[in-house]
Amino acid sequence: MPTTALNRSRLAALALGLSAMVPGPILAAIPDDMALDGDAAVGKLVANDRAKGNCVACHAMAGSEGPGSIGPVLIAMQTRFPSKKELANQIWDATVKNPEAVMPPFGKHQILSQKEFVDVVEFIWSL
Amino acid sequence: MIVNKNTLILAVAGLACLLAGPLAAETPKEEQEAFQTYFKKRFPNVPEDDFKNGAYAIDPVGRENWEAIEEFPPYENSISNGETMWNKPFANGKGYADCFPDGPAIQGKYPYWDKARGLVVTLPLALNECRAANKEEPLKYQKGPIADLVAYIAFESRGQITKVEIPEDDPRALEAYQKGKQFYFARRGQLNFSCAQCHLGNSGTKLRTEILSPALGHTTHWPVYRSEWGEMGTLHRRFAGCNEQVRAKAFKPQGEEYRNLEYFLTYMNNGLELNGPGARK
Repeated sequence: MPTTALNRSRLAALALGLSAMVPGPILAAIPDDMALDGDAAVGKLVANDRAKGNCVACHAMAGSEGPGSIGPVLIAMQTRFPSKKELANQIWDATVKNPEAVMPPFGKHQILSQKEFVDVVEFIWSL
Repeated sequence: MIVNKNTLILAVAGLACLLAGPLAAETPKEEQEAFQTYFKKRFPNVPEDDFKNGAYAIDPVGRENWEAIEEFPPYENSISNGETMWNKPFANGKGYADCFPDGPAIQGKYPYWDKARGLVVTLPLALNECRAANKEEPLKYQKGPIADLVAYIAFESRGQITKVEIPEDDPRALEAYQKGKQFYFARRGQLNFSCAQCHLGNSGTKLRTEILSPALGHTTHWPVYRSEWGEMGTLHRRFAGCNEQVRAKAFKPQGEEYRNLEYFLTYMNNGLELNGPGARK
């Protein structure tokens, strides 16, 4: 299990008595000060965790059993995205590029904490 | 089994516009046709009368398991409990048959638009209204005795054809349908999924190892013994479960939202044979 302790904004939200469904203020875009220097090994755990990234629910990717077939295969990512930031934007909120995108907005809706997010980005970028 | 990707994207976009678009020029009838044609084109090898079997119409391996399960149906006890309930008089000596003189094979009449009251009446709602009229406590809507009673009625109604009507002489009926449709196409929850994104646009693809069932066939077989539940549950229990899966707050079973959703979705399934109760993974 990855360390998925409650992140700070979620705690703040709970303290405010907000619903757990909306853990904190929604950030439409990646915060400017977020450094994309995560840990790919941890990101792999998050990506495969059913309650977290769950990338494999829709995407085939190396090292994961029983992938879904809704999204494209995650392979050669560095040839498909011009930069890590572009990939990160896509994972943060895929509906910016394509309003019809089915993929959940992992950053915007705080499905992942910021730490989990940068770790996942690092892992996916390495595929 | 699935048509090529470009055609598919066009078809989905077209249908989404047709069904969800603000241009309400299309009639429910035309939308129903577009909906059904979409699935027939998407799954050209599925015989028309097989869509009622849900994911098992498109998943040969799952179907084998399902057919084995159907040899000794897990919903059998539920049917016989329901039959006992149907035949047991209320405290006042009356029974369900007094409320539903055509019963028990009445599932094909539901859901319907009640013009006098201006709302969609579903079978579980009507059953509880019968109980209330006879001074009996209402049944809870998601599982337990209501599922048994509906299972018995569904079993007796097998072979009836889905034929929901949207009466043209009451604009509120169309409005209820539109609300159900809007619900169906609206994204919700932290995961931001609409019903349609999985069960229309991505039906037949895999979520992990599970095949997403086509929406054509979703209303024929309730209540269901779901292995994941280990018991029977109603259609509205499933709606609530789906909403929770996308991390949205579920609505109240038999509240207006789910009744309208049932109205829309069952209308989309018009023409399919009723084959409840069912067994699903």
